[in-house]
Amino acid sequence: MSRDFEWPEFLFLLGALRWTVVLAIIAFVGGGIAGLLLALARTAAIAPLRWLAAGYIGVIQGTPVLMQLFLAYYGLAVLTGIRIDPWPAVTVAFTMYAAAFLGEIWRGSIQAIPRQQWEAGAALALSAPSQLRHVILPQAFRISIPPTVGFLVQLIKGTSIASIIGFVELARAGQLIVNVTFQPMVVYPIVAALYFAVCWPLSLLALRLERKIDAALGLKRHP
Amino acid sequence: MPLLALSGIRKRFGANLVLDDVSLTVEPGEVVAIVGRSGSGKTTLLRCVNGLETIDDGSIAFDGKPLPKGGAGLRELRRQIGIVFQSFNLFPHHSVERNITLGPTIANKLPLADARTIARDVLRQVDLEDKISAYPAQLSGGQQQRVAIARALAMRPRLMLFDEITSALDPELVGEVVNVLERLATSGMTMMLVTHEMGFARRTADTLVFMHQGRVWEKGPPRELFAAPKTRELETFVRAVLQPHDQ
Repeated sequence: MSRDFEWPEFLFLLGALRWTVVLAIIAFVGGGIAGLLLALARTAAIAPLRWLAAGYIGVIQGTPVLMQLFLAYYGLAVLTGIRIDPWPAVTVAFTMYAAAFLGEIWRGSIQAIPRQQWEAGAALALSAPSQLRHVILPQAFRISIPPTVGFLVQLIKGTSIASIIGFVELARAGQLIVNVTFQPMVVYPIVAALYFAVCWPLSLLALRLERKIDAALGLKRHP
Repeated sequence: MPLLALSGIRKRFGANLVLDDVSLTVEPGEVVAIVGRSGSGKTTLLRCVNGLETIDDGSIAFDGKPLPKGGAGLRELRRQIGIVFQSFNLFPHHSVERNITLGPTIANKLPLADARTIARDVLRQVDLEDKISAYPAQLSGGQQQRVAIARALAMRPRLMLFDEITSALDPELVGEVVNVLERLATSGMTMMLVTHEMGFARRTADTLVFMHQGRVWEKGPPRELFAAPKTRELETFVRAVLQPHDQ
């Protein structure tokens, strides 16, 4: 006999949403740190650094996240010799995935800053790291807001694929509830609405941040 | 001893020889104006002086010491040689004050309070004290270029390079920038300018350098050069660029 979709079922979904968000945050923060290093390596003067970073990004961007997830899951299991929890596997896989994409987004943002800005910094006797820190990165940050937040939203929704190795996040929780309630047309719209409730404010926040920065700098980019 | 001595400089971009055996000295307090058609190597020459371009041959000596190739030595040189660019190149994400204090605080390790005093001082020199809190996008082209001059002056340089700094300005904004340049020249600053402002060059420069095909074609006091060009190339150039009111 089936259950109805009621408060406990909704709370179950909310609980699973928490894991979706936690996974996305870990992947975004970890991937952000690694991605910044990748972006710096991709724009470095030392050629082998550029090749290494480009190779990593190429492999990750060129393979399905599903395969990365499987490889992380079974790879960790083989390495440690035990069947492991999905948690480390999904965090490792999504962090590596986010690093590649953020690295590439931020490489583009760094390279979008005109060469003359580097020169102006150099002419003021700033060292290369100082030019990067005080001149290039703050400007690259502003440019990178829309694609970065766009990727974060993709990442949040993309974590649903983690359900494949038994990680119970929002999408998987929705499936489980449907299995017991037989009410897909109730449950899935609610699942979708929960994703929306997380992602949409992020996009709005990003737009507000952009406008705030541009207004402070006297830039008229928003007609 | 000259402050700057260039000797036998050659510079290639690919197969193109943009500087061909250029030799030039700049004495302390001297104002040297470099003129010539576009593509004659003026800007490249200027950029070689503070190491923004490398030279393929010849030597550059500043204050009797050879130009360092990079690293801390080159940074030390850039503390002493300021440059102002045609396209201003202010930092759009920093206020006017931060644009000016960045070099003194980060490169020269001055306390922020001292750097701020310098900022007010150099902004006064370019008549823009009231714009200290503005951002570059809120300024006119002429104001931005004056801030760029102030930013370079804040490093207390011994030599200032100016690379066609009025060329990107609307005609009505050229005057305010040229005024600042003239004041600076009168104050005894050693200056090297690439310029199309022939009136300014004639009034203010001690030495006029006419460049053609990557070479120093003619060199001398501007009035003499303008009045009696020795080469056909300079004569053609003078006729093409000199406005009636410059004569």
